[in-house]
Amino acid sequence: MTASVSLGRRTLSAGGLAAIALAMAPRELRASPEQARAWLLGKVKGAPVEGKLAIRAPEIAENGLAVPITVSVDAPITAGSHVQAIYVAADGNPDPGAASWRLSPLAGRAEVQMRMRLAATQKVWAVAETSDGQVFIASREVKVTIGGCGG
Amino acid sequence: MSDDIKPRIRVPAKAARGEVIEVKTLITHPMESGQRRDADGKLVPRKIVAGFAATYNGKPVIDLTMEPAISANPYLAFYLKVDEPGTLKLTWTDDDKKSWSTEAKIEIG
Repeated sequence: MTASVSLGRRTLSAGGLAAIALAMAPRELRASPEQARAWLLGKVKGAPVEGKLAIRAPEIAENGLAVPITVSVDAPITAGSHVQAIYVAADGNPDPGAASWRLSPLAGRAEVQMRMRLAATQKVWAVAETSDGQVFIASREVKVTIGGCGG
Repeated sequence: MSDDIKPRIRVPAKAARGEVIEVKTLITHPMESGQRRDADGKLVPRKIVAGFAATYNGKPVIDLTMEPAISANPYLAFYLKVDEPGTLKLTWTDDDKKSWSTEAKIEIG
């Protein structure tokens, strides 16, 4: 009886430590490049190739709260093909996903701009998909001086 | 607080037929990420403008889903091919399905 109570206490104590570790974990939790790629590639069909897709971003962002990001695809709009989607992710934020753009041919040019929160120095990733099934991928590192997920 | 939420749009008033013009837009919104903790250490619930859509004369141009990684007061820019005079309509929708719209007329000239 005594032994079992003491074991119970030890178990509780270990459980308590685990709970504390879990409670603290979210602050340290960061997505990985694999998670960013998985998020992006889960949105499209087909294997991605590099090239044609460019990410413009500052090399160093002093303020991670609003980092200007431009994603453009060097692909003409023709009757048979246009860029129909651009997905943007980051591999060092708590969650990798950032934006899912859908474009019609009326968009005229496959280029979109947004501002992102970047929690720390990390890579921004983008994937673009054309209406005839081509998939492009690119990434670009942004060094962040002050992170963009603070409270 | 909802009254502070103002959508803004900047486009040229005139475009040549077939011209591709840039559309710049911003909405004032805190984009509460759901990852931030208040002074008591509690997570502040997520509340962001996740949805954005642009139509020209009712036809879809751009449709966007934003995640908490998009900055507060989200600034967005994209392009529009102007084949005819018309009205560009932008609509934002938040997590509670509340929405805001703004419009701009574009002439051919």
